[in-house]
Amino acid sequence: MSQNQNKLKASVVLLRVFIGWHFLFEGVVKMYNPEWTSFGYLATAQGPFEGLFTMLIGDSTIGWVDTLNIIALMIVGVTFILGIFERIGAIVGVGLLALYFLAHPPFPGLAQMNVEGNYWLVNKNLIELVACIVIYQLPTGEYFGLDYLRKNKLKTQEQ
Amino acid sequence: MKWTRRDLLIGLGGLPILGAVWWAGAANAVGSRKKRSEILEQLNIKPSLPPAVPGIGGDPVRIGVIGFGIRGEQLTRALGFATEEWKEEMRLAAEEDPNNKSLEDFEKQERLNVKLVGVCDVFDVRAEKFIKSFSTDDNKIKRYRTYKDMIHSGEVDAVVIATLDHWHAPMSIEALNNNVHVYVEKPMTHTVSETYTLRDAAEKSDAVFAVGHQHRQTLSFSTARDIVEKGTLGHVSLIQTNTNRNDDNGAWNYDIHEKASPETIDWEQFLGSAPKVPFNKNHFFRWRKWWAYGSGLSGDLLTHDYDRLNCVLNMGIPASVSASGGIYTHNDGRNVPDVIQVNMEFPDFSTGSSQTKGKEKGMTFCYSATLGNGFNRPTILMGHDATMELGNRLTVWPDGASTRYADMLENGKMDPNVPIYQYDPASRATDAVSSATSQYFADKGLMWTYIDGVRVDSTFLHMREWLSVIKNGGNVSCGIKEGFDEAISAHMAGLSWKLGRKIEWDAASQRLKPIEGVDFDQVLLANENWNIQPEMVG
Repeated sequence: MSQNQNKLKASVVLLRVFIGWHFLFEGVVKMYNPEWTSFGYLATAQGPFEGLFTMLIGDSTIGWVDTLNIIALMIVGVTFILGIFERIGAIVGVGLLALYFLAHPPFPGLAQMNVEGNYWLVNKNLIELVACIVIYQLPTGEYFGLDYLRKNKLKTQEQ
Repeated sequence: MKWTRRDLLIGLGGLPILGAVWWAGAANAVGSRKKRSEILEQLNIKPSLPPAVPGIGGDPVRIGVIGFGIRGEQLTRALGFATEEWKEEMRLAAEEDPNNKSLEDFEKQERLNVKLVGVCDVFDVRAEKFIKSFSTDDNKIKRYRTYKDMIHSGEVDAVVIATLDHWHAPMSIEALNNNVHVYVEKPMTHTVSETYTLRDAAEKSDAVFAVGHQHRQTLSFSTARDIVEKGTLGHVSLIQTNTNRNDDNGAWNYDIHEKASPETIDWEQFLGSAPKVPFNKNHFFRWRKWWAYGSGLSGDLLTHDYDRLNCVLNMGIPASVSASGGIYTHNDGRNVPDVIQVNMEFPDFSTGSSQTKGKEKGMTFCYSATLGNGFNRPTILMGHDATMELGNRLTVWPDGASTRYADMLENGKMDPNVPIYQYDPASRATDAVSSATSQYFADKGLMWTYIDGVRVDSTFLHMREWLSVIKNGGNVSCGIKEGFDEAISAHMAGLSWKLGRKIEWDAASQRLKPIEGVDFDQVLLANENWNIQPEMVG
């Protein structure tokens, strides 16, 4: 049983670190590229929430949207890779991926733009979103990450 | 407390991963930015800024509109006056598609210091619509029965001419001779000889003459000029420009108004110097389909593409033109071709060379058009060092065998598949384009330009420039010289198609090289064939 538990934890750690890796890289690339903007992605939004997304592209809002997006990406990236406050990171990740998914949902009848595969209802954004739920349900920072030190070492010190 | 190596590995194992990903992301972004700025630095291309136009001060310019059809309405809107019918139509269009900003754009358009004082249209419905829409209590708009009445009235300072092609020159000449300012639609003239007469009239007149090639205001074209002048493309040997349309509107089959009749239309005046034919609604509303009134693809659409390039390259009139084509897609009684290929030769022209002196010289301008297919073929300028796609957006790709960029290509700083320069002033604007024909014009940069990411009607800018020159002096960007180049080049294309032979230009004498036994103007005016029937001339 405990061996199975360990295998499961190791797998989830791998999943967590890779998702973190993906998010962090996206965040860093955007942060170091001053010309990057989510304008195009939002302006071409479609589906039931199209109006909501196109509302975000005003001159006064787009700067905030871009900054918040980078911060959110990095929160997920840092918490997942370091293995600390990963449940907060997972919630942020689910929120972010839900927005990405809804801006360009793979619903029948909508033109799929800039996608490399074929999707019907479920796409990679949605799968990554579910993976974030798994991370939320199975925190592994204590197994591999800063939480291990926080829980085991710092606590012992307090005692 | 004691931390073992195992503790550190488990607790801090994420840190090196974090560091590595961060480093890779930063290096990736900064690296590609550096590579790009190195290329841009080398190219030194400066996106053009909108020209500063001196204000139109003093008394408002009193304007008379001659011809209030499709284009006449558009020009009047550019002057700041839209009919209620159009506003209602656009309001509904915006309701249906929130991205349709035509009405919003119109309402935001800067007000010009003009006063509409008169209209001249041979169709009662249009003249009445003009008066009903724009007449106010303190400004009663007059309808003039003929353009001469309007020009001689002493009540108009300037006329806007948006009539059939064969009326462009007679009206412009009459206005210029009476020092009334002229804004005339393209093509500037309908025959070769009147092109010279109009040039004389414009040169002698104190009035300001402008041809309606509004794209001269498009910022991407002035940026394109900078790109070419800096030798970015090297020697351009071939230009390909195209018309692709596949709809009724694009094939000039416009709607026929239900109230059109010999009672509501002054048919005699419509015909003017054209062959006397009985009243014909098809001819009246779809006049672009006959040589008698229009000039087909060569006068109607080639002129746009030619002047777009003449504005970027200033290549002037071609040494020779050969054209071929036919009526292949709309065999509906028209006599202008609906498929045409025009090759214009410029053997002495060069945009500069990066190779041995004397190796490169000369260019072909190739215009290819069909009204039976809507596939978008962009305008491309093909140089030894790079290729440029020209429209409202500009894209420049290096050529794999370029001399100028050989080093950068060799050490991987450039790639033939990756653009080295892109100019997209509209990247932050959302557009909704209503019809296939307007999409055609918009893609070519013929409808709008973008100033600080905001869409601006280039026709508005073009008319504002004309009005500013009227008040403040200076030069219009498409005046008689540019109009002359455009008209002669278009006539050469029409003549070549009709005669099935090469038409040559003698730059020294500024004349077409004569062909024995051929009267060029007769050929241009003739409808069925160039061997004109005397009874058709009337």
